[in-house]
Amino acid sequence: MNTELIGVIFMYLAMVGLAIPLGKYIAKVFKGEKTRLDFMAPLERLIYKLSGIDPNREMNWKQHLKAMLTISVIWLFYAFFCLIFQGHLPLNPDHNPGQTPDLAFNTALSFLTNTNMQDYSGESGVTYYTQVFVLMFFQFVSAATGIAAMMVVVKAMKDKVTDKLGNFWDFLVKSVTRVLLPLSFVVAIILAFNGTPTSYKGKDTVIGLQGDTVHVSRGPAAAMIAIKQMGTNGGGWFGTNSAHPLENPNYLTDMVENISIILIPIALVFALGFYLNKRKLALVIFGVMTVGFLLMAIPSIRAEMNGNPAIAQFGISQPGGSMEAKEVRFGSAASAYWGITTTVTSNGSVNAMHDSMMPISGMGQMFDMMINAFYGGVGVGYLNFYVFIIIAVFISGLMVGRTPEFLGRKIEAREMKIASLIALLHPFLILVGTSLASWILVNFPNANWSVKPSAWLNNPTYHGFSEMLYQFASASANNGSGYAGLTANNIFWNVSTGVVIFLARFLPIIGPVAIAGILANKKFIPESAGTLKTDTTTFGVMVFAVIVIIAALSFFPALTLGPIAEHFSLK
Amino acid sequence: MSPDNYREKTKNNNDKNLTSHISHLKSFFKTSQIKNKMKTYFLPALKLTVILLVLLSGLYPLVIAGIGKFTPGHGDGVTVEYKGHVVGYANIGQKFTKDQYFWSRPSAANYQADAGAGSNKGPTNPDYLNKDVKGRIDTFLKHNPDVKRGDIPAELVTASGSGLDPDLSPAGAEVQVARIAKVRNIPAAQVEKIIADNTEGPVLGLFGPSKVNVLKMNVALDELKK
Repeated sequence: MNTELIGVIFMYLAMVGLAIPLGKYIAKVFKGEKTRLDFMAPLERLIYKLSGIDPNREMNWKQHLKAMLTISVIWLFYAFFCLIFQGHLPLNPDHNPGQTPDLAFNTALSFLTNTNMQDYSGESGVTYYTQVFVLMFFQFVSAATGIAAMMVVVKAMKDKVTDKLGNFWDFLVKSVTRVLLPLSFVVAIILAFNGTPTSYKGKDTVIGLQGDTVHVSRGPAAAMIAIKQMGTNGGGWFGTNSAHPLENPNYLTDMVENISIILIPIALVFALGFYLNKRKLALVIFGVMTVGFLLMAIPSIRAEMNGNPAIAQFGISQPGGSMEAKEVRFGSAASAYWGITTTVTSNGSVNAMHDSMMPISGMGQMFDMMINAFYGGVGVGYLNFYVFIIIAVFISGLMVGRTPEFLGRKIEAREMKIASLIALLHPFLILVGTSLASWILVNFPNANWSVKPSAWLNNPTYHGFSEMLYQFASASANNGSGYAGLTANNIFWNVSTGVVIFLARFLPIIGPVAIAGILANKKFIPESAGTLKTDTTTFGVMVFAVIVIIAALSFFPALTLGPIAEHFSLK
Repeated sequence: MSPDNYREKTKNNNDKNLTSHISHLKSFFKTSQIKNKMKTYFLPALKLTVILLVLLSGLYPLVIAGIGKFTPGHGDGVTVEYKGHVVGYANIGQKFTKDQYFWSRPSAANYQADAGAGSNKGPTNPDYLNKDVKGRIDTFLKHNPDVKRGDIPAELVTASGSGLDPDLSPAGAEVQVARIAKVRNIPAAQVEKIIADNTEGPVLGLFGPSKVNVLKMNVALDELKK
């Protein structure tokens, strides 16, 4: 069998093999049971003491949200000003200038929200200070925020009536000290020993064998790359992300980085099962997610390995598949696999440029982001899935004529309203954004902006439309990958995607946390013969159907204009 | 003064002042609420931010940099030397267009290692297909007249994602052997040997494609001359 395929299959199996014990461990951490990393406890106590936090003070769902929003506002202002004034801050050996306000707006929001859409290039658009003290910092804390929000919802799913849902700061700090930091540490060291730079030295200049002068950008990249993968962040040290040979030096690091993309999102699903002692429910969720994942991954890997038919016409051979925008050391199978893993989760790092991939892959990647709940982002992926569960419970309840209940709580009008609004927000943001951009492009192609709308796109016709659709899907899914041909560093794109990113992060956290908080306060109805069972395959199929129907109805018209039309134009 | 004390005091006052006291009371509760919120949310959030910055952005990358000192390249990137001079980074591809060297893949960034980039051309883009790809095939065939079109692997006429791809597939190197042997006036077997020596197989012989590093092969070619 082809070693490229074996590599991909191995990556998936290794990831599931690691995710189960990690899920068990995460459940223990948040239950407060003994774990091997208890030596971190003194450090945590010191953090709480210095910050004046009592980790045992339980919060209700509103207090959780207040804490989350307060700290997010502090982070946002801190980032915005650092990015604008980075030219004057220390750790800037390459003398890179400050960002423009619209770019800083986009970058700050983008990293705050775990999105990591990068309208700049790491080599020239940021400094070592902003990379390490702003962007990498956000990669830790935004992922930790996601885990904390998920833990609130999971706690609320317990069998007792309560409004005591743990302490937000405690969840946040423990996510960092017990999960994200130790895992990133291991990955960073693996990267360092495979050639990723770790020192703070600036650009190097060498004269190559042919006599050309080459400037090589470097920096303490390994530390950031580890957490960018682990925290479903995706914002790379270098502009071309994990396609860059220093960011991802060989196939081994590619496997490690790719497993890291998806490890915690899956581990958290298992953690939910272990934490609530509802393993069957966790398996149903994992099963639905996995079916969705494979339905995207397999066609994409096939399409990339088969090569580009338009290039085959020139009579050359494509033994390695479609190689435009891919690296020889990864090959087409691992690049296609990465493309799907990075979009089903809200990671958004890339090891090949998605803009040049086959239309089938592009459609898979976009559809992943449009659904945004097959595995999903660290913590928040499950929150999105939770919304679909609530809707599925409601619909199946209506179908069989029973009061809709989920885990012993009645789902009523208020919860359904919140769930429907959140489920519709995502298509609304993507489609309105794309329509607005298309409208401007068609009606004002020569508007006197810094970049004329007619110069936005790097490709004509269907593929050009896909570039815009992808950008908004990526923004709204808090993914951050892009069809990089789009000229995105200008006011229209920086501001419009910045706003979408912001709304698409915080509302889908607030919604599920509110639903869970309200449900936790309701009377608990013990399971009886009349209860709709949610840990069955039947219910799994129901959730899957709800997800696919909502996503298909919302997005198929748009996808038809982009990747589907392009696919059928290939001879 | 706690809200309760305040309430006690207002009770003892005369009725005629009641309305003004009520308004005082209201404003007191408002400011105290804000103060309380500052205390419960804002200050801990601010302090926590500073402490986490020290831990995550200060200590963590410094420790990694410390460990990096013990890696190949000492954390600065692994370099390749020829005749005692650094001629490049092992992992960073270089532009090779001269006929006596193995050519690197086409690059959308012209191998500028401080501004890597992919072409971002879509698979059906007519400009890309009919100018870029076709042009590269024609150029390659011109410089390698003995090669059959069907033997050119796609990576030699497509740009990489990073614009800095340091590798070729073994097939991408093989197809250049005849040209290099002819220009350098050496037996083809010698060039073949360089490819074989520099070929790195799949990880553990199982995972991923085979590849050859172009810079290392070209250094080996130049070393033959001595």
